[in-house]
Amino acid sequence: MPRIRAGLLVSIIAIAVAWIGSARFAGADASDNTASTAQGLAAWEQVYSVLTHPRCINCHTATNYPQQGDDRRRHVANVVRGPEGKGVPALNCAGCHQETNADSTGVPGGHNWHLAPLSMRWQDTNDRALSSAEVCRAVTDRSKNNNLDGPGLLKHHEEEPLVKWAWNPGRRPDGTTRTLPPLTHEQFVAATRRWVEAGTPCPTK
Amino acid sequence: MATYQLNINGERREVTVDPSTPLLWVLREDLKMTGTKFGCGISACGACTVHVGGVATRSCIVPISHVGDRPVVTIEAMSADPVGRVVQNAWVEEDVVQCGYCQSGQIMAAVALLKHTPRPTEQNIEESMGGNLCRCGTYPRIRAAIKTAATQLTKGDA
Amino acid sequence: MVAPAIDRRGFLRVSFAAASGLLVSLYLEPNVLGQEAPMPQQQAKVYPPEAFVNIRPDGKIVIQVNRLEFGQGVQTSLPMVLADEMDADWTNVIAELAPAADVYKDPLFGIQIVGGSGSIAHSFTQYRELGAKTRAMLVAAAADRWNTTPDKCRTEASVVHGPGGQTATYAELAADAAHKPVPAKVNLKSATEFKLVGKRVKRLDSRPKCNGSLKFGLDLDLPGMKVAVVAHPPVFGGRVKRIVDDEARRVEGVRDVFEIPLAKGTGVAIVADKFWPAKQARSRLKIDWDLTGVEQPDSSELWTRYRQLGNTAGLVAVNRGDANAFDKIAAGDRIVAEYEFPFLAHTPMEPLNTTVRFDGDRAEAWAGSQFQTVDQMAVAEVLGLKPAQVTFHTEMAGGGFGRRAVTDSHIQREAAVIAKRLRGTPVKLVWTREDDVQGGYYRPMHYHRVEVGIGPDGLPAAWRHVVVGQSLLMGTPFESFAVKNGIDETAIEGTSDTHYSIPNMHLSVHHPKVNVPVLWWRSVGHTHNAFVMETLIDELATRARMDPIAYRRKLLKPDAKKLIGPLDLLDKATAAWRNKLARGHALGVSCHESFGTGVACAVDVSIDNKRPRIHRATIAVDCGIAVNPLSVESQFQAGIGFGLTQLVPKGAITLKNGTVEQRNFDGYAPPYIIDTPMTVDVHIVPSTEAPTGCGEPPVPVISPAVVNALARLTSKRYRTLPLVSV
Repeated sequence: MPRIRAGLLVSIIAIAVAWIGSARFAGADASDNTASTAQGLAAWEQVYSVLTHPRCINCHTATNYPQQGDDRRRHVANVVRGPEGKGVPALNCAGCHQETNADSTGVPGGHNWHLAPLSMRWQDTNDRALSSAEVCRAVTDRSKNNNLDGPGLLKHHEEEPLVKWAWNPGRRPDGTTRTLPPLTHEQFVAATRRWVEAGTPCPTK
Repeated sequence: MATYQLNINGERREVTVDPSTPLLWVLREDLKMTGTKFGCGISACGACTVHVGGVATRSCIVPISHVGDRPVVTIEAMSADPVGRVVQNAWVEEDVVQCGYCQSGQIMAAVALLKHTPRPTEQNIEESMGGNLCRCGTYPRIRAAIKTAATQLTKGDA
Repeated sequence: MVAPAIDRRGFLRVSFAAASGLLVSLYLEPNVLGQEAPMPQQQAKVYPPEAFVNIRPDGKIVIQVNRLEFGQGVQTSLPMVLADEMDADWTNVIAELAPAADVYKDPLFGIQIVGGSGSIAHSFTQYRELGAKTRAMLVAAAADRWNTTPDKCRTEASVVHGPGGQTATYAELAADAAHKPVPAKVNLKSATEFKLVGKRVKRLDSRPKCNGSLKFGLDLDLPGMKVAVVAHPPVFGGRVKRIVDDEARRVEGVRDVFEIPLAKGTGVAIVADKFWPAKQARSRLKIDWDLTGVEQPDSSELWTRYRQLGNTAGLVAVNRGDANAFDKIAAGDRIVAEYEFPFLAHTPMEPLNTTVRFDGDRAEAWAGSQFQTVDQMAVAEVLGLKPAQVTFHTEMAGGGFGRRAVTDSHIQREAAVIAKRLRGTPVKLVWTREDDVQGGYYRPMHYHRVEVGIGPDGLPAAWRHVVVGQSLLMGTPFESFAVKNGIDETAIEGTSDTHYSIPNMHLSVHHPKVNVPVLWWRSVGHTHNAFVMETLIDELATRARMDPIAYRRKLLKPDAKKLIGPLDLLDKATAAWRNKLARGHALGVSCHESFGTGVACAVDVSIDNKRPRIHRATIAVDCGIAVNPLSVESQFQAGIGFGLTQLVPKGAITLKNGTVEQRNFDGYAPPYIIDTPMTVDVHIVPSTEAPTGCGEPPVPVISPAVVNALARLTSKRYRTLPLVSV
């Protein structure tokens, strides 16, 4: 007798949860600013298009060294990652990359210039960008992403100086301005928000 | 033009220059300190290496407007620096230099390395010195001199 | 006091200047050594008061060095030689770089020059005699003072010791010594008497180069000095059509903007108070260039042209034995190899520069020049002066490798043209690194096609070889030096004069004319010829299943002493390691003689991230007497690092539609520490022969040695340089 009641209780709870959950995912109420899984996945693809812009991969690299430029050539002066992604003594990233862009000399700058950790690499060892599914999985893996949850990821995209730098990349030594990512920062943040509100869904493949 | 109060080798110096002027050229032409060298202007060779706020920095690409009140230390101060002096002596002992033009930068890089890593491995040396160009090719003797300096600096340590 | 003994035809002149001690100058008539001077001669009639040795009252001995110090160590080695014969106190010797003057001309070349690895080779005896004669005069003065004879005196560390314990320092004796006749002949020391020569003597210029105090040409600062940069045409020989300079002139500190003639074509000079405003202004100049009638070289077009030429015989340089021997050898016993070598820039660390001040009836110039006689003449010509009216100072230079010895003196001419306009104001012309990388005067690109017929003994029986490359010297005042019957010998040195015994050899050359200025690059023709020779010989050794050292030993002619000695020494010196290499490592061997010096090289190489990783290099060298073995060791340890420019992936200058594609060290990247050997041991063959040079001989051996090792690791042939991916 108690078993049947327990099983019924569990079922009721399960159904209730599922109903509540589906109400969230159904996006039925636009005024709640929620997104469906499909919308979340679409938003993710927009986020992914920025993350895999060549100059983002330059620092979100699988290599032991940064790259530079849209052509993703190896960075000058043989600089290397170093134990904390900040370079090595005599060749620390922040030694040359100051707090802000140096347009007169063509060197980009931003606060705490350093490489993303290897856990946040968005290319494979053959220098190809990882798939949307792979990047999404890496970015949402809290054991790898500095323990960031959805809101944490949103904040990273919205406020982290080095992320924001991508939209203010400064001038090259020849005076031309560096290319920008495919979305504006506002669009990028909005897409991130939609994705986070959808529960940071990842494509399955 | 703007006026900047700088801290150069512990001294207060004032310059009035175009804010876009790299620190390298302020040192060389406004302060007449030519020990820091111009090699390429794009941070690829390291001849212009100084220490800004304790961090090895390529002065050819840092505009003077970015320096602020951070202390700037140049090759001219190395003989009075406890690590700099040992490194210079090692350089002389090992007869490192040939034309010598890159050596200010090499020494500034080596000092930065040894201040951080008093017992550098071969890999530490290659990584930290890996961006300093020497056209004459004095690299083997640079390696030897860094090891000599490291031995001197850690003498008596356990 | 004493009338100076002026002897116009004489070999020595002594002058005495009150309070400044003994001054000795040495004059060599250009034809005294039976060498025909290739350059128009200035007859030296008046010598500068300070010539070679100046003993100051404080005991310091200032020795003038008759050629540029640009890393090779001559500023230590030649004074060392003089000081040894003079028995001077080495700790009191100061070395200075002599200005341009007849008295400082290279005894063999007849001009003031550093190059051809000739510093020690040409001036060793000259500086010995200077030292010995100075000593003789000091001893004569002491003997007088003590009423005794020179044979009863001895010298040591700037002191003359006489009978009965009497002593006098050189400083004390200098004034009297100046009155003594200069001996016509002197005895030089025997090898066992040397105190400095043959010893490991540390460089004199180390400390100032380590503490930032040593001034290079670029560091020069004069009162009122201006700085100039020049906008050069994007294609060699282009001309200015139109300048829009309003934005450039608005840069604060800019003084003037004007068109100037260049060695080829025209450019635009910007003069400013300092370097940065000059550079800023140049980037804001808008210039329309006239390129009509200007050839626009393109690397891929050139390679097509060179390959076509290389498939036909050119001007015949060597025709030994049977010209058709190759055709008689079975196809299976032939190797046909094509090699491609790109343009190479020298890129010495100190950017090119020259400072000139023009005062109407005279001028002063400062440059780290390898070619003072030529450069002084060029400055004078531009300014409408005689060379003697131009005081030309030799500055310490940050490297050169041949780049500072240019027959058209284009840098000095640019500076003089600007100085002429700025009359009275010194102007420092600076070439940025971009100017340097894009500015021409490269080691020319070369194509080689070699057909080797292998004999039954595995040795080369027939060798047919075509070289295609621009002539360095045709059309220059140095043409007679090396161009004979239309063949520029510098393009084939290392092959034409091979010490390998190849009975049937046919070598011919094509010299295409290309609109790219070209220049010697440390070791010149040996750079590519040694690479071809030593990689092919190694391939033959592998085919013959012989040890690479043994194969070369067998193939060398019996009289190739300068190579046999080093090879045998290399054999011994590598015995401990060369057959015990780690997994994934291979041995590479080469040997080559250049500029009279024989070198053998062995390397231990592995492949790391598609690049050669050189764990160790062992060098054996025969350079005759090693005047300063420490300097010889340095030259080889470091010189092979320079030589590796040929192998690094970005070691190439390429042109597209007339313009150079590389801009700076980002596009043309020379070897960094990781590209060079981790350790280099140098072994010198003991010798009593006259010294030969060590400036260039390190360069030709390293690239083939490394590639020979790679070939063993991958079984690939590497005949196109640089190595982009192994």
